[in-house]
Amino acid sequence: MAKRESTAKGSGTQSNQGVELVLSEAPSELLRELVAHLRQNRTQLREEWVVRISETRLLTAMTKEEIFAEATSVYDSYVEALETETFEALQAYARNLSERIIPRGVETHEVVGIVLLLRDVLARSLFAKYQTDFRKLNRILDAYEPAANRIANTVAVGFVQERERVIRQQQEAIRELSTPVLQVRERLLILPIIGVIDPQRARQLTEQLLRGIRTNRAKVVVIDITGVAAMDVTVANHLVQTVEASRLLGATVIVTGLSPEIAQTLVTIGVDLGKMNTVGDLQGGIEQAERLLGYKVVTLAEPRQPS
Amino acid sequence: MEVPILKQGEVLIATFQAALSDADLNQLRSGLVRQVVKLRSRAVIVDVTAMDVMDSFASRTLREIAHMIRLRGAETVIVGIQPEVAFAMVQLGLTLEGVATALDLEEGLAYLTQKFKNID
Repeated sequence: MAKRESTAKGSGTQSNQGVELVLSEAPSELLRELVAHLRQNRTQLREEWVVRISETRLLTAMTKEEIFAEATSVYDSYVEALETETFEALQAYARNLSERIIPRGVETHEVVGIVLLLRDVLARSLFAKYQTDFRKLNRILDAYEPAANRIANTVAVGFVQERERVIRQQQEAIRELSTPVLQVRERLLILPIIGVIDPQRARQLTEQLLRGIRTNRAKVVVIDITGVAAMDVTVANHLVQTVEASRLLGATVIVTGLSPEIAQTLVTIGVDLGKMNTVGDLQGGIEQAERLLGYKVVTLAEPRQPS
Repeated sequence: MEVPILKQGEVLIATFQAALSDADLNQLRSGLVRQVVKLRSRAVIVDVTAMDVMDSFASRTLREIAHMIRLRGAETVIVGIQPEVAFAMVQLGLTLEGVATALDLEEGLAYLTQKFKNID
């Protein structure tokens, strides 16, 4: 250890002698020195960092061992990024890390926090190392800071992007789940709508319904909105347009389960009720649809008693 | 490009091609209105399956055709409106009210057959 220290000092004095020369070739040379320093003190700095992380109560969702393991690989990719000045590997690692820790509820501020902590820990160690040579310290920091900031940026952006990707994916999944177009009989579709309808979901509903009419060659569609508590004027208008567009495809729409609030909204916007076919509940809607299609449901025998 | 008008029993069938000019549409309208009485047809089916865009002129023409045909004593069924086109039309307020519509040519013919049977 002492020997290494002396070599580092040696190079330090050397550069002191030719300040002009060093300044011109400075950044990469300094970065190399910096990387060597970080490699030498890997164990110690890493531990210090982990201690700081637990002191600041970051990453509480993870165990100590996990934090240590992650810290080790983050530290290594950090040093590597400093050394090579390429950020692709770090970016990939950040994305991979985010993928693993997002499901465990790690927050953005925690990820940014730990990267900034590492930056601080390393800066501190540089202060300690070069405290006798202020000018050199300054130059080292000149080289270190932009790189470190860029790393922090890369990791934070990687995390946020991954999060957004997850959110988008989930939105997509929810959206697909929430608008099933089901065929209950030949030429009869039902579209049960549950939950809040925003304009975007309304548009998607319409698209799926119209496509469903086409692929199933439906003649009657029952839209059940029992599960929709309220809708605003835009969405109500959209519903009416959906009914009209379905008619252009040759399908009759029956809307069932209108709540009093929605009825109020429809009356307020002055919907032409001649165009809207409404029935009280889903059962009534299906029965009416069956009549329109010429089905007749007959009970053949007494229902069997469950044995 | 002229739109051919086919006679199928008591029904006249006109199939729209993609990208019809306004002049073509006007010609189709006068052609249909003239032929429907000349050929003693009871109904006209206009098939718009090939149209993936429907501008306001085209859909106004469709409505005019339907109303004129009714005045000439026959019925019109518009068939094959694409889902996207249907919604775009509704948003423009072109709902073809009072005009019968069906999913495709087959549905349109079935609708008319049913209707003729009820009348006869």
